[in-house]
Amino acid sequence: MKTTSFRRALTGLVTGLAIAAVSPVLAAEGAPKPPRVSWSFSGPFGTFDRAQLQRGFKIYKEVCASCHGASLVSFRNLAEPGGPEFSRGQVAALAATYQIKDGPNEAGEMFERPGRPADRFPSPFPNELAARAANGGAYPVDMSVLAKARTYERGFPWFIFDIFTQYQENGPDYIHALLTGYKDPPQGFPALLPGQNYNEYMSGHLIAMPKPLNDGQVEYPKGADGKAQAPETVDQYSKDVTAFMMWMAEPHLEARKRMGLQVMLFLALFAGLLYFTKKKIWSRLPDHASVH
Amino acid sequence: MSGHSTYQPKTGIERWLDARLPIVRLVHDSAISYPVPRNLNYLWTFGGILAFMLVAQIITGVILAMHYTPNASMAFNSVEHIMRDVNFGWLLRYLHSNGASMFFVAVYIHIFRGLYYGSYKAPREVLWILGVIIFLLMMATAFMGYVLPWGQMSFWGATVITNLFSALPVIGETIVTFLWGGYSVDNPTLNRFFSLHFLLPFMIAGVVGLHIWALHHVGQNNPTGVEVKDVRKDTVPFTPYATIKDLFGMVCFMLVFAWFVFYQPNFMGHADNYIPANPAATPAHIVPEWYFLPFYAILRAIPDKLGGVLAMGGAIVILAFLPWLDTSKVKSMTYRPIARQFFWMFVLVCIGLGYLGAMPADEPYVTISRILTVLYFGFFAALALIGIFEKPTQLPTSIADSVLGGSGARLAHATASEPNVKG
Repeated sequence: MKTTSFRRALTGLVTGLAIAAVSPVLAAEGAPKPPRVSWSFSGPFGTFDRAQLQRGFKIYKEVCASCHGASLVSFRNLAEPGGPEFSRGQVAALAATYQIKDGPNEAGEMFERPGRPADRFPSPFPNELAARAANGGAYPVDMSVLAKARTYERGFPWFIFDIFTQYQENGPDYIHALLTGYKDPPQGFPALLPGQNYNEYMSGHLIAMPKPLNDGQVEYPKGADGKAQAPETVDQYSKDVTAFMMWMAEPHLEARKRMGLQVMLFLALFAGLLYFTKKKIWSRLPDHASVH
Repeated sequence: MSGHSTYQPKTGIERWLDARLPIVRLVHDSAISYPVPRNLNYLWTFGGILAFMLVAQIITGVILAMHYTPNASMAFNSVEHIMRDVNFGWLLRYLHSNGASMFFVAVYIHIFRGLYYGSYKAPREVLWILGVIIFLLMMATAFMGYVLPWGQMSFWGATVITNLFSALPVIGETIVTFLWGGYSVDNPTLNRFFSLHFLLPFMIAGVVGLHIWALHHVGQNNPTGVEVKDVRKDTVPFTPYATIKDLFGMVCFMLVFAWFVFYQPNFMGHADNYIPANPAATPAHIVPEWYFLPFYAILRAIPDKLGGVLAMGGAIVILAFLPWLDTSKVKSMTYRPIARQFFWMFVLVCIGLGYLGAMPADEPYVTISRILTVLYFGFFAALALIGIFEKPTQLPTSIADSVLGGSGARLAHATASEPNVKG
């Protein structure tokens, strides 16, 4: 009888949680889950695709950087291991194309000089208010850590499975979906005001940023056969720039995963040795046979 | 438990030191010859794991503090500086932030182990209460640590939680102003939280010292809950038996820890905390770190603000009264058929509250939170009542008996030792 009441309570609890788990899906007003993209940097052995990061940087530089800063990233980072790995010469030449405000000099004046690899990416606007003023009141956010600052709800029970599958590309998946999610508003959607754009994946579907990428907009490096290295499509652009954003947000991702493997192997081996040492030591007890 | 010392100074230097400061004797008596019940299972390795986590958090934290800037306009970028430019800064920071979560994983297992095996009962009441104090200090430390990166969740978490004190009558507003160092969460708040976040771990270390002292005075509880009757038969020396077992448990725990640090470093965090703090923009859902979620759910379950704060505080404080709330003489729930079912239901209730704490404060979550809050406190009331009528199953006569009583031959051995045990 006691067991029955316990079981009933348990069933009640589980049912309650199941309802609780399902209802966010019902409540999420048709905002679809971003589709999963196969990223080279996912999983325990993930690494960045250098060519992809270099293409992504090109998109960032030619498209995003006119509104979005990446103020935490330095030019030198582009040449560091685990990133796009441009050559030092390329990076120095790139940095020199920017004018960086420096100073004060001996006369107490601020001055401009060509950029150096140690400089941070210059931001397009001097401050947030200037950025808002130039963008109809909307603020194009800094992209340095954006790939880690965006996510979508996985919901129960997926977030538990994610621990074991190491799925953590919520941010990149969301950003890729957003960049490819510009559509005409569906029938019955309230008329868009100036400065509003419809996006399938934006919460509330209204986004201030106009569709940033279009097919053929950015020219990709040509391969030996004279064809572009990757398709010049919105989908490919979105993947490449998102991968670049992930690298900006987590520049030591490769080193982390590489060290992770070494640490896991060491700990697993150490644990195995300790287990047998423990067994050996406990077997010294004169009446060990039935010690648990 | 702590009988007389078995330490024998071997060299002249040891004898000289022992006569002046018997520190080697102290270590010997508490970490080498200290008798440990021989039937401890792996749940008992979490004490050692927690000690390891505290040390790991202090070491990583002290180094992080060398690179961190506690200033509202620089804190976020200084954390990113650690992540990008400091050598192995990403490792230190991920160890520290995931370390906090793993610390709570370990402490919750440790607490539930204590609940299941009745480790709070006489003569371990003070040991248990010291544990509750450590838990409270841990919560305060973790909360203030989460504020330091000065992201959106840092800022708004700090705003919501500090605001709770304003519900207290008369002194509430004064306390909040004092916590903030002004009239809103701002730079002074960040500065004092950094200072306290550095201080509290050393207070934890102090209380942990008392916790271990009390433990070594009364001796460890064990899965049978039957006290040690014959040190020779029921216990083994701490070294090498418990040392090697603890070490194995610790390394297994590190495997899980490393999995998160190296492969899922942001799994237990919140994406919004990678957005710099902005007092002008409230996040859609303000959610505390996962280890606070059950208490957060209790807070939101009560429609009245003061009531919610009291319920949340009460949910922790009630643990300190557990030694006197539980009326059963039997410690281990292994021998308590009814209490055991309530225990497992309590575990499910806590997990359920944790889930609800992460959900928005809408229906049906609010109603379910209320039901589970009642069940949470109901568990403690139930323990008071069950002890009166519950019929415990047959307890083993001694620890040695429970360990060796498996096979026929061993049974004979155990029976033979019974006269000793009765004494």
